[in-house]
Amino acid sequence: MRLNVTVNGRPRQADDVWPGESLLYVLRERLGLPGSKNACEQGECGSCTVYLDDVPVCSCLVAAGQAEGRQVRTVEGLAEGDRLDPVQQSFVDAGAVQCGFCTPGLVVAAHDLLRRTPRPSDEEIREALAGNLCRCTGYEKILDAVRTAADAS
Amino acid sequence: MTTSTKSTVTRTDGIGASPRRPDGTAKVRGEFAYSSDLWHEDMLWGATLRSPHPYARITGIDIARALALPGVYAVLTHADVPGVNRYGLEHADQPVLAEDVVRYRGEPVVVVAADHPETARRALERVEVGYEVLDPVTDAESAVAGQGAELHPGGNVVRHVPIRRGDPDAAAEVVVTGRYEVGMQDQAFLGPESGLAVPAEDGGVDLYVATQWLHVDQRQIVAALDLPEDKVRLTLGGVGGAFGGREDLSIQVHACLLALHTGRPVKMVYNREESFYGHVHRHPAVLYYEHGADRDGTLRYVRARIYLDGGAYASSTGAVVGNAATLGVGPYDVPNVSVDCWGAYTNNPPCGAMRGFGAVQAAFAYESQMDRLAAACGLDPVEVRIRNAMAQGTVMPTGQVVDSPAPVEELLRRVRAKPLPPEPSGEPDLRTLPGGVSNTTHGEGVVRGVGYAVGIKNICFSEGFDDYATVRVRLQVVGGEPAATVHTAACEVGQGLVTVLQQIVRSELGVERVTVEPSDTTIGSAGSTSASRQTYVTGGAVREACLRIRDALGALSPAELGDKVLDETVEWRHRPTEELHPETGQGNAHVQYGFAAHRAVVDVDTELGLVKVVALDCAQDVGKAINPQAVLGQIQGGSAQGLGLAVMEEIKTEGGVIRNPSFTDYLIPTVLDMPPMSIDVLELADPHAPYGLRGVGEPPTISSTPAVVAAIRAATGRALTRVPVRPEHITGT
Repeated sequence: MRLNVTVNGRPRQADDVWPGESLLYVLRERLGLPGSKNACEQGECGSCTVYLDDVPVCSCLVAAGQAEGRQVRTVEGLAEGDRLDPVQQSFVDAGAVQCGFCTPGLVVAAHDLLRRTPRPSDEEIREALAGNLCRCTGYEKILDAVRTAADAS
Repeated sequence: MTTSTKSTVTRTDGIGASPRRPDGTAKVRGEFAYSSDLWHEDMLWGATLRSPHPYARITGIDIARALALPGVYAVLTHADVPGVNRYGLEHADQPVLAEDVVRYRGEPVVVVAADHPETARRALERVEVGYEVLDPVTDAESAVAGQGAELHPGGNVVRHVPIRRGDPDAAAEVVVTGRYEVGMQDQAFLGPESGLAVPAEDGGVDLYVATQWLHVDQRQIVAALDLPEDKVRLTLGGVGGAFGGREDLSIQVHACLLALHTGRPVKMVYNREESFYGHVHRHPAVLYYEHGADRDGTLRYVRARIYLDGGAYASSTGAVVGNAATLGVGPYDVPNVSVDCWGAYTNNPPCGAMRGFGAVQAAFAYESQMDRLAAACGLDPVEVRIRNAMAQGTVMPTGQVVDSPAPVEELLRRVRAKPLPPEPSGEPDLRTLPGGVSNTTHGEGVVRGVGYAVGIKNICFSEGFDDYATVRVRLQVVGGEPAATVHTAACEVGQGLVTVLQQIVRSELGVERVTVEPSDTTIGSAGSTSASRQTYVTGGAVREACLRIRDALGALSPAELGDKVLDETVEWRHRPTEELHPETGQGNAHVQYGFAAHRAVVDVDTELGLVKVVALDCAQDVGKAINPQAVLGQIQGGSAQGLGLAVMEEIKTEGGVIRNPSFTDYLIPTVLDMPPMSIDVLELADPHAPYGLRGVGEPPTISSTPAVVAAIRAATGRALTRVPVRPEHITGT
């Protein structure tokens, strides 16, 4: 099938999409946007989190066809040119990135939290990020990063 | 060792500072190329058919229907492996593709290449494999005793290490015994096994892959492909975590076989379920311990028998056995020791390297025993540990004299002295209680407990292994500015080695611009990214290369080089170690020891058996913190994995079959499970190590688990002899 979807503000088209493909697969393998990650592909780890019409979703759980005609914003669409989003910058500065495989999903989830709650408490940060697994950091520096980003914005 | 008149420069981006990681920006932008992100024009997708049985004889393989499927380009079996159809880290005992027998559920039997991952999956469904199912061996202890089928020629004992020191018949006034079990833990790195193999015009292949040691992969691949080394070139793809789980081969030979067979680039990516089948796990263990002590708690002897389940193939079981045996009494001074440790072949999933590597299993048992001893002697748990703490000068059970700082007592005192978290008061926030927002308690039935543990780990490869790293450092003036490049085959797996190597060069050469080139096999081996060794060994090699460049510079500053290029390639080794005596286990087997201590505070819902870890404080000696931020990251992440083993992480097997191969059923700690940590980092220099540094990555994983369990015991009064602790262990139901 043919899929039309607006990704990071640009109308995109993918042809020969097999109906069983996920939005994650289309982003990664057909649209050249591998930033969203394929850690579990069953909605448990949050590494593939993207905005779908402004709502964060696990793109591995969205059938590609469900994105037809809709707006998708991925981790690749958060920075403005060379200027990182404050969440991205604080992840780098705080040492919240080790292997980084969870980072794109966490960055999108934290970005969404700070849009909704600009000054979150630690409990609110923990709750908002509870759907994103990280195996390297023990989360401490991720919390630091979100606190710093909240202060910066 | 080269000498130099210039001194190491103190810089804000050099050693001892925490500059940003060079790959950080690409990673937060989603632009860092992991091995699963690679893409090539005309590439095919590889997929693997795995055995559904833990133990079976293969009676036939029919690939005709799979080959007939449009879009399929290759269907390969063991008959298509051109070289030796056996590989392995220590023993070449594992088939690339199964021949006549499968020895574990998940063993690769057939690989296919197709134009779409779904086509590949459908092709696998059309392969017909006949199996005659056999009775699996699933218990390590009885496998060691010789019961059940012989899975490999020579029997089911992979390795037995005895350690004998002092009087084997020593007696004591106070004796405590215990039987302990450790479940099978998974590394659960987030980036799945993946890579891209590209056939080359010279008949060779270029492989881009996530791994922990490029050269040991290469050695195994060339044997299987029957190609010379220069025809199989490896480049490190971006690695999404490792923790030991990428020491063994996964997609490497399969992807190369398919690429060479089809003449097309082949990408392979496991999904999460396949990842659970596609890498080795931490050895499950059964441990029998007897501690004898004076009434004041002074240890007279330790006797132990440790059984590690190696699963179907050897992997690194031999070295894991060596660690569990030599570190089997923990960081204590014990005059009389008798330890026997066995690693067994069974039909369970293969087990091998995971962070802590044998030291984790032993620590859960010996630290549980120290708490029992404290109770038997009427002593405080910290006091009994301090009374027996090893120190610099202590003779290990192997006879090795500890010749650098071993601040076990200070680490314990430090975690004990830290302020305790406030007792809960008023209306509690559900999110801070066991069970969290499941709303299972508002505080009723919740009891707080505090527990302590300390652990020991060997750093670098042991037992006489020739452990070295090769590096090339070049210095020249580029665009009017001095710039250095570093080339190694060392694997950055997330820990931050690329940052540390830059820091070393900046400090040693006084240049700001340092580029770490991609890791590949065009340079000699850097050894494995494991055993907490890369900063020590590859870092040590980079330092040595820089010192030679400094000597070549003479009186010049780097900026005054003109058009000269200073170029040094160095192969650097840590001091040699010895093999263990086969009957007594005596020998200077280890390079360096690392230590960490934890204090855990838990709230336990004693009615439902739910645990909330409230605090997990740590003290660790790192010799020298080359990058303090990365050191903390290792301690926090390592402690989290130890917490996971304590209360949630276990691959459950039934008759050799994994019951929970998903993140739905195999739980790892989330941000809600990890408490804040207060961490003390000690920097007591090891005079034998570069900069005095001590490997950091593994020690915090070791003491975290027993500390959490000790805290749960303190809260519940339960014996808790198995990890992970399950709710039913707490409630007794």
